Amino acid sequence: MFELKHEMLRKLAREFAERELEPIAADAEKNGGYPKELQKKAAECGFGGITIPKEYGGAGGDYKSLAIVVEEFCKKDAAASSMLMSNSLSGAPYLYYGTEEQKQKYLKPMVLGETIGAFALTEPGAGSDSAATQTTCLWDEEQGCYILNGRKCFITMGPVCDYAVVFAKSDLQAKGTRGISAFIVEAGWEGFSRGKAEEKMGMHASVTSDLIFNNVKVPKENLLGEEGQGFKIAMGILDAGRVTVAAQGLGIAAGCLDLAVRYSKERVQFGRPICKLQDVAFKLADMATEVQAARLLVYDVADKLDKHEKVTMQAAMAKYKAGETCNTVAYKALQIHGGYGYMQDYAIERMTRAARLVSIYEGTSEIQKLVISGNLLK
Amino acid sequence: MKILVCVKQVPNTNEVKINPKTGTLIRDGVESILNPDDDNALEAALQIKDANEGTTVTVISMGPPQAAEALRECLAKGADDAVLLSSRAFGGADTWATSNTIAGAIKKIADYDLIFAGRQAIDGDTAQVGPQIAERLGIPQVTYVEEILKCEGGRLTVKRQLEDGYEIIEIPTPCLLTAVKELNTPRYMSVKGIYEACGKEITVWNEHDIVVKPDEIGINASPTKVFRSFTPEPKGKGMLIQGTPREAAAKVIEELEKKHIL
Amino acid sequence: MAVLISKEKCKGCSLCVKACPFAAIDMVEKKAVINDKCTMCGTCVEACKFGAIIKEEETKEKDLSSYKDVWVFAEQRAGVITPVVFELLGKGRDLAAGIGGVSLCAILLGENLEDMTRQLFEAGADIVYTAESSLLANYTSDGYTKVISEAINEFKPEIVLYGATHIGRDLAPRIAARVNTGLTADCTKLEIDPETKGILQTRPAFGGNLMATIKCPDHRPQMSTVRPGVMDKAPVEAGRTGKVVPVTLNLQESDIRTKVLEIVKTAKDMVSLTDAEIIVSGGAGLGDASGFDLIRRFADKVGGVVGASRAAVDSGWIDHSHQVGQTGTTVKPKIYIACGISGAIQHLAGMQTSDVIIAVNKNPLAPIFDVADYGIVGDLYKVIPELMEAWK
Repeated sequence: MFELKHEMLRKLAREFAERELEPIAADAEKNGGYPKELQKKAAECGFGGITIPKEYGGAGGDYKSLAIVVEEFCKKDAAASSMLMSNSLSGAPYLYYGTEEQKQKYLKPMVLGETIGAFALTEPGAGSDSAATQTTCLWDEEQGCYILNGRKCFITMGPVCDYAVVFAKSDLQAKGTRGISAFIVEAGWEGFSRGKAEEKMGMHASVTSDLIFNNVKVPKENLLGEEGQGFKIAMGILDAGRVTVAAQGLGIAAGCLDLAVRYSKERVQFGRPICKLQDVAFKLADMATEVQAARLLVYDVADKLDKHEKVTMQAAMAKYKAGETCNTVAYKALQIHGGYGYMQDYAIERMTRAARLVSIYEGTSEIQKLVISGNLLK
Repeated sequence: MKILVCVKQVPNTNEVKINPKTGTLIRDGVESILNPDDDNALEAALQIKDANEGTTVTVISMGPPQAAEALRECLAKGADDAVLLSSRAFGGADTWATSNTIAGAIKKIADYDLIFAGRQAIDGDTAQVGPQIAERLGIPQVTYVEEILKCEGGRLTVKRQLEDGYEIIEIPTPCLLTAVKELNTPRYMSVKGIYEACGKEITVWNEHDIVVKPDEIGINASPTKVFRSFTPEPKGKGMLIQGTPREAAAKVIEELEKKHIL
Repeated sequence: MAVLISKEKCKGCSLCVKACPFAAIDMVEKKAVINDKCTMCGTCVEACKFGAIIKEEETKEKDLSSYKDVWVFAEQRAGVITPVVFELLGKGRDLAAGIGGVSLCAILLGENLEDMTRQLFEAGADIVYTAESSLLANYTSDGYTKVISEAINEFKPEIVLYGATHIGRDLAPRIAARVNTGLTADCTKLEIDPETKGILQTRPAFGGNLMATIKCPDHRPQMSTVRPGVMDKAPVEAGRTGKVVPVTLNLQESDIRTKVLEIVKTAKDMVSLTDAEIIVSGGAGLGDASGFDLIRRFADKVGGVVGASRAAVDSGWIDHSHQVGQTGTTVKPKIYIACGISGAIQHLAGMQTSDVIIAVNKNPLAPIFDVADYGIVGDLYKVIPELMEAWK
C-alpha cells in the first residue's frame, strides 16, 4: 500500500516531530500553545496542505500521506497535529464546496501557514444532533446580506482563528437538517466575538473556545456551497475528518507504546529492567497488537479514500477503534510507568490526557457505532 | 552557476551501541542517514541556488544501490539531479580510491563552478575525500568553511574555521569547499519536494561510465589496508562512593590526595 | 585482497552477520555471503567460531627501500609551533627507534625559522628541513602542498606525521593524493610492526565504536594525521642541535590560488580543552543552560576549563567549542569531572583516556560509571557544592 514517497514522508514527519515538537511539547502544554513560528515552519515543509491541490499552495497529496504525518506528529504530541494540520477539517470545506475566489482568499493563506481557520459546527445544544442547530443566518433583503446570530462551542483554534466555516440555519421552515447552510465568517467582522479559552482536560496546546455571533453581517459571496447544503457539507467532510482523527488516535497509541517500551527497558526494579517481568512484557505485546490493528484500519480507509471509494462505515470503524485503542494503550503505558507516569515530568501523563479526547470528538465512539450499525442494518 | 555536492549515506553512529556481554556492535535498527556535514554542504548549495536564478545543484554519491535513498532525500530538499556511483569494482575503497572515483565522475560531468562536500563523514571521520577530490581535479580548496561571505564574479570569500578563531579566504572558481555544521541549518525535505523527487530518475554510473583508470579504484587501488579491527576495551571498574553528598565529596578528595593527584 | 567464506566450514550460525559493522554479510541458503558493502575490516574473521572466514592478503613485493626517515610536519601559526608537533616528535622518536637506523626529521615552512628550528632540535629532531619564503608565512593549501610534496619526492621519507588539526587535515589529504600514497586520519596509536618495519596506525572508526588498525604496505611514504593530545611530548633537551637542510624552493605567487585576507583569533572563552589539566564537563543532567553557571564556578574553583557533552551542546546550552567526544574534542586531562553526563559511547570515546575520571550522576547505571575512577551517585546540584567546599 505504501510507496517510496510515503516512506520518505514518514521520515520527514518523524524528524520534524522529534526536532521541533518533542523538545517543546511539555512547554506548549503548559503555555497553552505552540509558538507562532512553528506554524510557519510546518507550512514551509508543506504540512499545512498535504491533500490540498498545488494551485492553492498544497502538495496535491493523498490521504495516506496525511495519515502518516498525523500519526508521526501525534507520537510526540497530539495537540501539535491539530494546530499544524489545519487542512483536514477547516480546509476541506473550501476545497470541496468553495468558489475559486473563496479558495484563493481563504484556503491558500491557511495552507501557507499565514492564517488559521476553524470549523464551527457544534453548539451547546447541538453536539451529535446537528438538526438541533440554533444558530441562524438569515437573508436580509434590506441590507443585502445574511445576518448571523448564535453561539458555537468547543471550537478548535477558536481563540486564535482568523476565520471560520460556520454552520447555521438559513431556512427556518425547512425540517431537520435541511435548512442548514455553511458560511465563511471572518473574525474581524463586527459582531464576531470569542468566548474565553476553555480549560480542557488535555490538548492544552490546541486552544478551544466558543465563537459568538451577534448580528454579524455575512455578504452573499461568503455562502459556502448552496443554501440548504450545510449538513451535507458537514457530513461529507466528517468522513475525511474521521480518518485524520483516527490517525491521531493511532499516533497517540503508537507514541504511548514507544514511551512504555523505552521506560520499561530503563527502569530497574528487583535487580532487572521491568520489561523482563512477564506482566510488563505481555502488556507491551497486547499494546503493540492493538496499535497494529488500529494502524491497519486507519491506512485501509485512507487508501480507500485515495481510490475515491465510499468510506462512511470504514471511517467510523477506524475512528472508533483508534479512539478506544489510544485510551487502552495509554492506560497500560501509564501503568507501566508507575508513579512516575502520574507526574507531569513524563510525557505519558500528557499523552494519556490527550487520548481521552480522541474517543469523544469528531463523533463519540457511540456515534461511530451508530454509523457502523446503521450501515449494517440498512 | 553549476554546483556539485558530494554526499555520503552513513549509518547513524550515534545509535550504535556495544553489546556489553559479547563486545560486538549492535546495529539492529540502526538507520542509514545522509551524513550530517554533507547536509550542511547541500544547504549551502541550495542557498546559493535560491539567491541566484539559473543555478543548478547536482548531488553525487558513491555507494551501494541503497545509497540512492540519501540522494533522493537531497532531491526532496531541492537538488536538481543526482548521480550514484555504484559498482562492485568501487567496493572497499579507501579515501584515495574513493576520491579518484568521485573525481572521475566529476571529470565526466566536466561543467561545474563550485563543488561542496561535508567536512567529514561520521562513519569514518577522515575528512580526506574532499581535499583529495580537489587535488585530483587540480582545483583550489577551502576546508572547514563556516560562513560564505560573498559569492560573485567567479570568486568567493569564505570564513574558514580554525581551532582558536577563523581565517577569511578569497578563492576563485572552480573550487571545492567543505562545510562544517556551523555553516548553516539544513532545511527539511518538503512534502512537495518528496513527491517531485520520487518522480525523478537517479543516474547510476559504474566504472565504465566515468573518467578513471581501472587500477585507480576499489580495494586493490587503495594504499591503506585495514589490518584488523576490534572494539575498544572499557577501562576497569572504578570506585563507587557511597554516603551523603558531603561524605562522598570528602572521600573523593581524600582519595585524590592519597594518590598525589591533588 | 579479499575476505573469503568457506562454504564447507560455514555452519550458518550467522555470528558474522551480527558482528559485521557494515551490514556486509547476508545469509543465503543458510550460508554467509559477503556483499558489496564489505570494507575488508576483518571483524567477521574474529567473530567466526569455525574458522570459516579468512582474509586473503596480497603479497606483492615492491622496492620501497629508497624511502627512509620519519618526518613530522612542523605546523606553525604566526611563528609559533603548534603544540601537537612536539607530541609528534615524541612519537616519531619511538617510531624511528622501532625501525632502527633512521633519523627523526621535521619539515618547517614559513618565515624567520631560526628560533622555531632550535625548538624542533631541542624537542628531538635530528634534521630540520626548512622552506623559508614570505609566500609560506601563512598556511595555504596550495603553497604548502606544493612545497611539501616536492620535498617528499626529493628526500623520500618513509613516514610522515601531521597533527590532525584544521590545517593538518586540510593539507595531508592533498599531499597524499599528489604523491600517490595512503593516509590514515586521526590516529590515536602508532607502532612499528616488528616484522615488516611498516607502521601500524590505529584509529577510531564508526563513531568510536570500533578501533581499526591500518597498514600502508605498498606505498611510501606512510602518512598519518595524529590526534592532538594523545601522544606524549618528548622531553626538551636544551642546547640540542642538528642538521638544517633547506629544501629546493620552486614556488611562485601564482601557484597559490587562494588569498588569506585576514586571520582572526576569536575571543570566545577559548580554553583549549586539549591543553587543560582539569576539565569540568556538564551534560544533559544539568537540566537547562543555567546549570553551566555552576559548572563554570566549579571549573574556576579548581582551575579547570569547561567541557560539555554532545547532549548539552545540541540543546544549545553551550557552544560547540566546549564539546568533548567523538564529534568534539578528544581530551586527556589529568582530571576529568563529568557532571550529569550519562556517558554515551561518543562521549566516552573523547575522554576515557583521561588520567583520572570523576563522575557525578543520579543514575547508578549510567555508563559513565564504567569508566569512572571515582563515581558519586547523587544530585549534582547537591554534590558539586560539597566538592567545591572540600577542594583545597
